[in-house]
Amino acid sequence: MGSNDYILEVNNITKDFPGVRALDNVDFKVRRGEIHCLVGENGAGKSTLVNVISGVFPRGDYEGVVVFKGKETHYRSTKDSESDGLSIIHQELTLSPYLSIYENIFLGNMKTRFGVIDWDACLRDSYPLLKRVGLSEPPQTIVSKMSVGKQQLVEIARAISRNAELLIFDEPTSSLNDEESENLLKLLLEFKREGITCIMISHKLDEVLAVADSITILRDGLSVASYDTRAEEVSKQQIIKAMVGRELKNLFPEKDPKIGEVVFEVKNWSVNHPDYHDMKIVDNASFFLKRGEIVSFCGPMGAGRTELMMSIFGNSYGYGATGEIYLHNEKVTFKSPKDAIEKGVGYVSEDRKSLGLILIQDVKTNITNSSLPKLSKRGVLDKEKIRESAEFYKESLQIKTPSLEQLARNLSGGNQQKVVLSRALLADPDIFIVDEPTRGIDVGAKFEIYSILNEMVKQGKSVIVVSSELTEAISMSDRIYVMNEGKIKGVLNRDEATQEGIMHMALVD
Amino acid sequence: MTDKVQIEQISFWGLAKQNMRKLSMFIMLGLILAVFAILTKGVNLTPRNITNIFIQNSYILILAVGMVLVIIIGNIDLSVGSVVAFSGAISAMIYNKGIGLIPTLLLSLVIGALIGSFQAVLIAYLRIPAFITTLGGMLLFRGLTYIITNVSPISLRDDGFKQIASGSLNIKGFTIGNYDGLSIVVMAVAIIALVVYNYFQRRRKIRNGFSLIPLRYTILKIGALSALIILVFLRFAAYRGIPTVGLVLFIVTAIFVFITNNTVIGRYIYAVGGNAKSAKLSGINSEQVVFITHVIMGVLCGLSGVVFTAYMNSALPQAGNQFEMDAIASCYIGGAAASGGIGTTIGAITGGLVMGVINNGMSLMNIGADWQYVVKASILLLAVFYDIWSRRKSGLG
Ligand SMILES: Nc1ncnc2c1ncn2[C@@H]1O[C@H](COP(=O)(O)OP(=O)(O)OP(=O)(O)O)[C@@H](O)[C@H]1O
Ligand SMILES: [Mg+2]
Repeated sequence: MGSNDYILEVNNITKDFPGVRALDNVDFKVRRGEIHCLVGENGAGKSTLVNVISGVFPRGDYEGVVVFKGKETHYRSTKDSESDGLSIIHQELTLSPYLSIYENIFLGNMKTRFGVIDWDACLRDSYPLLKRVGLSEPPQTIVSKMSVGKQQLVEIARAISRNAELLIFDEPTSSLNDEESENLLKLLLEFKREGITCIMISHKLDEVLAVADSITILRDGLSVASYDTRAEEVSKQQIIKAMVGRELKNLFPEKDPKIGEVVFEVKNWSVNHPDYHDMKIVDNASFFLKRGEIVSFCGPMGAGRTELMMSIFGNSYGYGATGEIYLHNEKVTFKSPKDAIEKGVGYVSEDRKSLGLILIQDVKTNITNSSLPKLSKRGVLDKEKIRESAEFYKESLQIKTPSLEQLARNLSGGNQQKVVLSRALLADPDIFIVDEPTRGIDVGAKFEIYSILNEMVKQGKSVIVVSSELTEAISMSDRIYVMNEGKIKGVLNRDEATQEGIMHMALVD
Repeated sequence: MTDKVQIEQISFWGLAKQNMRKLSMFIMLGLILAVFAILTKGVNLTPRNITNIFIQNSYILILAVGMVLVIIIGNIDLSVGSVVAFSGAISAMIYNKGIGLIPTLLLSLVIGALIGSFQAVLIAYLRIPAFITTLGGMLLFRGLTYIITNVSPISLRDDGFKQIASGSLNIKGFTIGNYDGLSIVVMAVAIIALVVYNYFQRRRKIRNGFSLIPLRYTILKIGALSALIILVFLRFAAYRGIPTVGLVLFIVTAIFVFITNNTVIGRYIYAVGGNAKSAKLSGINSEQVVFITHVIMGVLCGLSGVVFTAYMNSALPQAGNQFEMDAIASCYIGGAAASGGIGTTIGAITGGLVMGVINNGMSLMNIGADWQYVVKASILLLAVFYDIWSRRKSGLG
């Protein structure tokens, strides 16, 4: 096998959607046994390209040819590509929510005996797969009850159960924290050792540089550059420049905080698991937030950060929450999310598909629909104002869409995330809680989001960020709370926070 | 091979709590039976009445078994009542040609399948929403029934047909004491089968190294189910033996419990209903799954039509009126979710029995249809409220 042994060759692919050319004459080659990373801005066409390759878009839906293992493909669906040894793990999780882990793993590929499902075989065979991806949950667990990160691992288990020769990961680490991302990358390298070829799409350039043998960059549907990292030295700056088409000096905007008095305080907050009422998920957490401050919550997956925020935000999570909340030194209770919003607290969920967006409505509606009272006169909607506000966020966050009337489900993953953020920003809360605000967002747009958060605190508002990216937390926040196993383990000021320090604090004691 | 058998450490209440959602329907059915037993001074539990409950509700229960699949997949079928009338009328007409019972039954199933396929094509491939397609079907097949029957009942040429609904299975002269012998034998076989099945299931789990619930709970489960079997079969045995519809129902239920739990198509129905897009991305042909589901519904409408015609001993043009409502309500009482993805065959049957027992009990008490509607509505809303509440508590949406 020479180094020019291509397992996959994509020639002259063009794919149009109404109003958008998502791919424009793209060529793309992947060598057998390598890890090939695909990078580009939100909406550059990365997901579309891998969807073409894996048969999500059937042959005939696009122009050009895909050659896999030396043969031109004629996939009609992912079923065909899977049986051909090509599996894809999608950007948005695609598990069936009310089914168990092991049923999801074998869904579409059930083990049967005479047409009858052999449940025992499925269960038995799921154990080694789960072990391989490092998931310790019992296989009978219903997936809708698991965190996004764990669901991702189930997806990977599903893909490797099909004896894939080529695995495609569409932003696999976007929902994982640093430690889990690292495990996933190790898994990728492990796959590589076993001779499995991997294509990975990612916005996290550090991890791209860490594992990639080759890198291809897409911009506006064009394949603009391709590097072989074994043959040449490639820098992050180089990649960013090729991605956004211009030099980007800093990844984080300058900060000049003006911090005031304490505006929000939570004391002795505890909440139990919604099913297992005697299992504490958040254990006696206390923290505060000052005017003009950005505070991050860091910690490993399952630390209880999301659960803490959701239970505070009008009891949207868990069972039997106890504790006290003070808003401007006054004790308050949030009976429901609505109540919390009316008192000036905003929350953006980490799970944008199921909790954030209305996929069958357009961008404009999605951005404005929680601020309609503000955008209407005596109950009558002011269409002009609605348009203007939506337009404002489309411009300032660079939401890539042919028009404000585009349906949310037709946007690329990162652009959907921007829409969810826009909606929360438009509602203009005093206390803004964002869970993983930059998940799946490209470097350029990240900068924009950070700038907007900075702008908010400059106006005297306060922000809580739940973040799994430590560099982001360290560069953006004034203070960092470190959580693990439901407890707040400690707090670090901006100038004393380091990645090691945070990890150490989370794990020790 | 495996060194140690894992026994789950779980208390009785822990186990009961885990299975509360599953058990609650049975508890509800038991409570309602008990309440009516008090109100009717035990009349509702007499052998004759228990047999009647099965016979009078069989055609709804058959529909509910199909309807729950349709609901799991996220659709609804409003046409079932009319299709029952139509296929019932046709079955009476072909039976009167003298081709015998079994061919009539088979032909009716085929007609049901054809009607089902017709609607299924519109729903699955032409993407007309099921609600609208079947609303059309409801009007269409009612109209066609009126046309082929000339809006007057078709009576049957002999009493053979009637046996499907009101006949019973017994061997002449075979009695044990005052009881019908066959019922007792079937009862014994059922209990033995239950024990053997559980025994092998535990052995299989041990062999595969899966974790087990403690033996005492398995025994408790077997005990409870056996008690139920004994209660029902003793009632049958003391009256006229196992009703033929009972057998039909049992076969239908068994087939569909098996399909939904152990066949690929069954699980695909859940996958598509839970999240159609993800099912598609898992390589499932979701259109085909929707198609098959509606065809199954059609076949069961055909069967229900035959049973209902047999029960009435003639085919009526207005037969099956509002059956769709009863079937849909049975599914929801039995724990199906209106948003799809959740529901079980046993649930639908239990839900149907809850409604049947209420109807029957209130009729025994000479309470009219007016109050029956009110009580049924309350039970429906209460059951669905409980279901949604408990599901929310357990994070299932
Ligand atoms: N079904 C669709 N209908 C219309 N337009 C679409 C559809 N799917 C994608 N697009 C458009 O095609 C372009 C490329 O989208 P794609 O999802 O491939 O981007 P991406 O590179 O994966 O971005 P991200 O990093 O945000 O995931 C985008 O402009 C998007 O709006
Ligand atoms: Mg994408």
